[in-house]
Amino acid sequence: MKTPKQTSRRSFLKTSAGVAGMLAFGGLLPQTARASKLSVGFIYVGPKDDYGYNQSHAEGAAAVKQMPGVSVVEEENVPETVDVQKTMESMINFDGVNLLFPTSFGYFNPHILELAPKYPDLRFEHCGGLWSADKHPSNVGSYFGYIGMGQYLNGVVAGHTSKSKKIGFVAAKPIPQVLLNINSFLLGARSVDPNITCQVIFTGEWSLAVKEAEATNALVDQGVDVVTCHVDGPKVVMETAAGRGAYVCGYHANQSPLAPDKYLTGAEWNWAKVYTDMVKTVQSGGQIDNFVRGGLAEGFIKMSPLGPAVTDTARNQFAATQSEILKGGYAVIKGPMKDNKGKVIAGSGQSFAETDVALESMNYLVEGVIGSTS
Amino acid sequence: MSTTVDIGMWGVPLAILGGAIRVSTPFLFVSLGEVLTERSGRINLGLEGTLVFGAMAGYAAAYESSSPWIGVLGAALAGTLFGLLHGWICKFPRVNDIAIGIALMLLGMGLAFFFGKPYIQPVAPDLPSIPLGAWSDIPQVQAALNVNALFLIGIVIALLMTWMFRSSRLGLIIRVAGDSTDAARAMGLKPDRIRLLSTAAGGALAGIAGAYLSLYYPGSWNEGISSGQGLMAVALVIFARWNPLYCFWAALLFGGAGALGPALQSVGITQGYYLFYAAPYVLTLGVLIATSSRNQTLAGAPGALSITR
Repeated sequence: MKTPKQTSRRSFLKTSAGVAGMLAFGGLLPQTARASKLSVGFIYVGPKDDYGYNQSHAEGAAAVKQMPGVSVVEEENVPETVDVQKTMESMINFDGVNLLFPTSFGYFNPHILELAPKYPDLRFEHCGGLWSADKHPSNVGSYFGYIGMGQYLNGVVAGHTSKSKKIGFVAAKPIPQVLLNINSFLLGARSVDPNITCQVIFTGEWSLAVKEAEATNALVDQGVDVVTCHVDGPKVVMETAAGRGAYVCGYHANQSPLAPDKYLTGAEWNWAKVYTDMVKTVQSGGQIDNFVRGGLAEGFIKMSPLGPAVTDTARNQFAATQSEILKGGYAVIKGPMKDNKGKVIAGSGQSFAETDVALESMNYLVEGVIGSTS
Repeated sequence: MSTTVDIGMWGVPLAILGGAIRVSTPFLFVSLGEVLTERSGRINLGLEGTLVFGAMAGYAAAYESSSPWIGVLGAALAGTLFGLLHGWICKFPRVNDIAIGIALMLLGMGLAFFFGKPYIQPVAPDLPSIPLGAWSDIPQVQAALNVNALFLIGIVIALLMTWMFRSSRLGLIIRVAGDSTDAARAMGLKPDRIRLLSTAAGGALAGIAGAYLSLYYPGSWNEGISSGQGLMAVALVIFARWNPLYCFWAALLFGGAGALGPALQSVGITQGYYLFYAAPYVLTLGVLIATSSRNQTLAGAPGALSITR
């Protein structure tokens, strides 16, 4: 048996002096870094090259990286748990960031809301949250885009392309943004042919590769011939659907390299524009608005280039609808309209423009969507 | 696109059949690998990590060589290495095989994420499938019966392993090592060597399961590709009472039940889909209760396992 190692007083003093020195030095660094340069932190819930949600944000971060006088730190695969608080704290204390973009929906409450009052000099910008002045700290902001309009345009092209008059949607969870996308996709298609129906399958999770593939196969088995989705990484849905011979509409990012012949178009985020604008505002000493929203007109979202299978009639209606939307204030949900249980959601003459905050608490699927929110 | 026929409610049994064939293969391979390992007297809980690393290694090898079969080989090789590592560490006295398994699971996943970064975007060639449904005019039937060669190989391995454990010299040697370390030593066998090789072969099978995921269904590499299938498969071994043939049926059951949720939604039965997604687990519980015995716990468990010892 060895005798337990004892620490001599001299080595104890040496070590603790060293640690203290490092702490002092480490404490100084961020201060100097903070003074000279704007440092921005991006946090993603999944891998940043997933052909989906996280990739769209990482493309925005890459654009910020190109700007002069800015340094960028990124971390991926950060769960929506207390882990994200640790990541934010370490970005603040070790990398000296002064502007944070925690991009996943679940980061907002409680994680950002807990940390923000501790660091009043920093700015927390969250994607998808619903910031309100009387409930949330003033150094927190929320931003999002009207991507439902993109799914509406997807639907227009899908409506022209579908022969079976059945289109399909692989969805993760029945939250308002997903429901708005499903409804918009169907209504876009119905603007072409009011007999079209949209079959939706919920997988229950943001990323479940095998279940997404099963859902896509089940849709095609039922005669669906155009498929889109709202999951974190659309790669599996696109490849499976195209492999079964169905057409696909993309979501989050441009997935046309995955299915060049079958890809019709796609609703993409354009975070590069949003993020560079926000960084410019901070650099010029301005204040970012706490509640930022935008759509096609503001450049928050964009459409993938139309694929080779899109017909000329479809192209024309796509272009016409897009220019209507670009004028701003376009309403997809307008009366008279019922949900798929027969309840009236908009009386005649009533309409919800894209900017209407009521749409951000949507809890129904419109008539023509085959599916249920629970 | 060949126009699909309206099959209505027939879509549900068809989806269960198709799902059983498509989804079961990884369960089958991992559980066969675990049966082999546990029959020799070790538990390797790390097969989830081996599966994920195999998926990455297989995808990378297939992409670099443009041949999916080289990918399968690469995945098997990577799995073998993980198995050898597990077997080698567990040979030392007072090492707990369950703890090492968990450590290797985390290591495998971490390494796969680290080395797999550059392979998320590229598209690797897929494994070919055999169109066993070509006799039918209905495209949905054809699609459901598109069977991958690995599925058939899995059935052959299950049959071979059943025969091996029952009536071959090699099978008896493995079983002796698994049932009693002392008896094996008395017979002049080297239990550690037998377990090392069994764990390595089990790892190879788990690696192939990963290659099936990334090269055939769903057929791409990303970090969420497995979502715990390796862990489920290890649990299936107890469900299958350490019998390779039962592993096959258990894997089919799991695959088919997993297809139930999407299939029911696709024919318009949309209420309560979270409940249908729990179907495989409810089924497992049901079967375990139905087959439980008052007299014997864990019937068929090898005697030298650290949980039965």
